Amino acid sequence: MSLQDKDRIFTNVYGFQPWNLAAAQKRGDWDNTKDIIARGNDAIIDEMKASGLRGRGGAGFPTGLKWSFMPKESKDGRPSFLVINADESEPGSCKDREIIRHDPHKLIEGALIAGFAMRARAAYIYIRGEYIREAQTLQAAIDEAYSAGLIGKNASGSGYDFDVFMHRGAGAYICGEETAMIESLEGKKGQPRLKPPFPAGAGLYGCPTTVNNVESIAVVPTILRRGASWFSSFGAEGNHGTKLFQISGHVDKPCVVEEEMSIPFRELIEKHCGGVRGGWDNLLAVIPGGSSVPLVPAADIMDAPMDFDGLKAVGSGLGTAAVIVMDKSTDIVRAISRISYFYKHESCGQCTPCREGTGWMWRMMERLRTGDAAVEEIDMLYQVTKQVEGHTICALGDAAAWPIQGLIKHFRPELERRIHEHNAQFAPETREAAE
Amino acid sequence: MPKVTVDGQEIEVPAGATVLQACELAGKEIPRFCYHERLSIAGNCRMCLVEVKPGPPKPQASCALPAADGQEIRTDTPMVKTAREGVMEFLLINHPLDCPICDQGGECDLQDQSVAYGRGGSRYGRENKRAVTEKNMGPLIKTIMTRCIHCTRCVRFSEEIAGVDEIGALYRGEDMQITTYLERAATHELSANVIDLCPVGALTSRPYAFEARPWELKKTLSIDVSDAVGANIRLDSRGREVMRALPRINDDVNEEWLSDKGRYMVDGLTRRRLDKVWIRKSGKLAEASWDQAFKAIAAAKPGKNIAAIAGDLVDCETMFAAKALLGAMGSTLLEGRQTGMDYDVSNMAAVAFNSTFAGIETADAILIVGSHVRWEAALVNARLRKAVKHGAKVFVVGPEWETTYPATFLGEDVGVLGKLPKDVSDAFKGAERPAIILGGAALAKGALAPALAFADKFGLVNDGWNGFNVLHMAASRMGGLMLGYAQAGGIADIAAAKPKVLLSLGADEVDYSAFDGVLKVYIGHHGDKGAHAADIILPAASYAEKDGTYVNTEGRVQYAEKAVFAPGDAREDWTILRALADALGVSVGFDSFADLQGAMFAAVPALGEEGLADLGALPKGDAKAKADGVITYPIKDFYLTNPIARASAVMQQCSAELLHGDDLAEAAE
Repeated sequence: MSLQDKDRIFTNVYGFQPWNLAAAQKRGDWDNTKDIIARGNDAIIDEMKASGLRGRGGAGFPTGLKWSFMPKESKDGRPSFLVINADESEPGSCKDREIIRHDPHKLIEGALIAGFAMRARAAYIYIRGEYIREAQTLQAAIDEAYSAGLIGKNASGSGYDFDVFMHRGAGAYICGEETAMIESLEGKKGQPRLKPPFPAGAGLYGCPTTVNNVESIAVVPTILRRGASWFSSFGAEGNHGTKLFQISGHVDKPCVVEEEMSIPFRELIEKHCGGVRGGWDNLLAVIPGGSSVPLVPAADIMDAPMDFDGLKAVGSGLGTAAVIVMDKSTDIVRAISRISYFYKHESCGQCTPCREGTGWMWRMMERLRTGDAAVEEIDMLYQVTKQVEGHTICALGDAAAWPIQGLIKHFRPELERRIHEHNAQFAPETREAAE
Repeated sequence: MPKVTVDGQEIEVPAGATVLQACELAGKEIPRFCYHERLSIAGNCRMCLVEVKPGPPKPQASCALPAADGQEIRTDTPMVKTAREGVMEFLLINHPLDCPICDQGGECDLQDQSVAYGRGGSRYGRENKRAVTEKNMGPLIKTIMTRCIHCTRCVRFSEEIAGVDEIGALYRGEDMQITTYLERAATHELSANVIDLCPVGALTSRPYAFEARPWELKKTLSIDVSDAVGANIRLDSRGREVMRALPRINDDVNEEWLSDKGRYMVDGLTRRRLDKVWIRKSGKLAEASWDQAFKAIAAAKPGKNIAAIAGDLVDCETMFAAKALLGAMGSTLLEGRQTGMDYDVSNMAAVAFNSTFAGIETADAILIVGSHVRWEAALVNARLRKAVKHGAKVFVVGPEWETTYPATFLGEDVGVLGKLPKDVSDAFKGAERPAIILGGAALAKGALAPALAFADKFGLVNDGWNGFNVLHMAASRMGGLMLGYAQAGGIADIAAAKPKVLLSLGADEVDYSAFDGVLKVYIGHHGDKGAHAADIILPAASYAEKDGTYVNTEGRVQYAEKAVFAPGDAREDWTILRALADALGVSVGFDSFADLQGAMFAAVPALGEEGLADLGALPKGDAKAKADGVITYPIKDFYLTNPIARASAVMQQCSAELLHGDDLAEAAE
């Protein structure tokens, strides 16, 4: 039961064909978009709700429901906006990049349809600063779509005016958080805003705004063409659809692949990645959803279904489906310490627990890596992660805390072993023996 | 009105209140660092965490959460306590343990809160604390940025209240730093308020650095005399020296801000002071005794040929005592408008700030005529900024100055008042609460009558609203006018009357060349212009050294108390005038300060009542009234407008560095 080629949404994810408009139209993009729009705003939102699509950016919030929060009409003349999050910065994630460089028209068409459905005036695509060639491709694709009349005034002949703008970020992970992204779009320092008010009430320039992930938007046209029931025929209950998985690390062939949701982990790796390096017995742990979710030890992940609920059950999350596979050659403490460094480096510095806590956690992790610590300090570190988690404005604090919590939960014996080994060097009897 | 429960106590809170405000209403103290009533909500210190049901099962920042009906708020649960202790620990891991050498010590929010929520020892001990370089914020603000806890109050103050984007944050995460733009000094008139706002010792007062500890200081309630706003201040003194001035909260006047001049001119109170009696003998001043001085004045035999000019800083009691003395001598030659202005004062409402400072915030169209508001009344400028934020349109007649809000300049000639451009008159016709602000420079050009005509034309007075405002610059002005310190022709009338003796009550802005041959007796506290011109100098007390009544430009009567004793032989002004009465052989009818005040209150009852004086109704304007002439603002240097400020080393430094810094840099090249 795995995804057949005829059911793939991203048919050019490997770039075997050109990305341009002509090639995209051959693949079926922009095919009578006017008719889809003619169905009306509410019909589109209802269809999206029925498809069971959950946001592909990590939190997994139902996309159709999110759109329905947007105001039906503007009471005070404020326009609405769609912001598309292409600031793909989560370590391990690389799906949006493939969409943008090889299939940008799926995204632009999706932007038009989604924007129309939520009555938005324009879409802003906030693309990660490091994606230079991708930004060039995307801008070229937007220009193509404008000159073909697909977007802009009377977009695709639908009578709806819709603009698409691309905005390049400047290289900050936190700008992938929706409200920090809005701040950054407005030209301010990228720091998450307090909620409420939520973006659907007051977002970009104080106007109602919905922020969606690239993948969530890019799958929209295909869902509407093939029907909600087609999309919801994949995956387990509550986790429907197909998904781009990005498998990296110690597998034979790391890849980005579109698969059915809820595919068991073992099947995903066997089928697309040629198995784990050194065989399944060599598997140590997996971070199944990008760096911010807790790791899962080999035994638990083997047969877990790769979806939101299945991974939650093993104490982790699907995140962006960036699967990081680690075999037994991995220094797991060092790996998590490196992730801690990343969060320390990317904390925006606005609120106290994250600003001060991420640095503390990283320094502590560095000491645990060499074992230069006391066993009690493991518990202290765990407490510190708890002091950060849930006390911050945005979720970066949680994201920094979870990997460490996962490590302590599953690899405490390893941490203690390192500490004992390190401290034994300084024990009196060892020194005597050396003399 | 939502009803919430705080720790089991049910209370009703005003609509729009936050959970933090609800807790305060219920009498619960919520620790906070970033939250401040007068600034926008940042929610970044995370110290004010409480437990709220319904809501996610984690503590919530109460400062940012709107209070909603049926909320169950807990401030006393173990979850809340642990959460706050966690935040406190994070704040302290990188905060230096230098309280013993920190000027904030004793009045530090972090110190206070750590008593309640801090741990006994550090768990971060093996790591190094963060060190951050100092930033240049000018001569007033000293920075020790290692102590910064990133609450961003200073950033929000300069952005929101002051209206100058001078302070901001650089970098991110634990490397985040608060700094000024390109490390240039903060150059607005309210800059030092960030020192009060800073909850820790990151921003402290540079002139006051290492001077005193808060618990050593005697606190005296006083009134700022550096402008006509009458900001409520507290003078902190040790021994005979005023160490610092801090704003007091008064929402009607200064909210809780104070201009840099009001705050930092106090070091001028100990410099260039007149502490001895001086008599000019053959062109040179020589030391003398009080007795000699009084004899010399009596020898001039002034009779009714005696006049008095009041300076900008004097209190009502001094002016009343002088008036009583002159009255006893049979003279009414009183004047306070030192620079020669002669506007009509027959109606006091026509020369007052009628909308009140708090009221001007609600105006929707404002015409400023001849007032550099930023320099003449920095605190009023902050109010105008608020009005503009609420949607008011501001137009200015006069030379351009840097406003902190969008404003349209209509030219430098006051004549434009009679022929306003159409868009301006349309704006005022459409306004519900139109206002005019008339500055001293406009009064000097005779703009009072045309302004009254403007008030009639655009309906500046309607039910519950009076938008006719005169913005004075001298702390003594309104009190002086109420006490009759005004001649029809201004100071020229005094000169024309050719008095034998001229009493100068700290009048340092007068052109004394008009009084050649007159015996000039200077009763004041600083060796400034007035003392240079004087024939006899009688050393008196400054505003910090005497009790006194002041009336601000709104007509608000306020009382200041004596903080310290005047230096040397200097005496409180009223005692000098009382003694002079004896020397001149007349009776003024009071022997004590209480007698004096009683007599003053009897003569001008409005002065006896703290608060806004009832100044009556605005007179009808004369539609044909016209004025013209190019406006020139009288203040050339914000930091050096009065004798105390001119004597202050800090103010001189501010003037040199902040206003003339570019000239100095050029000269050095």
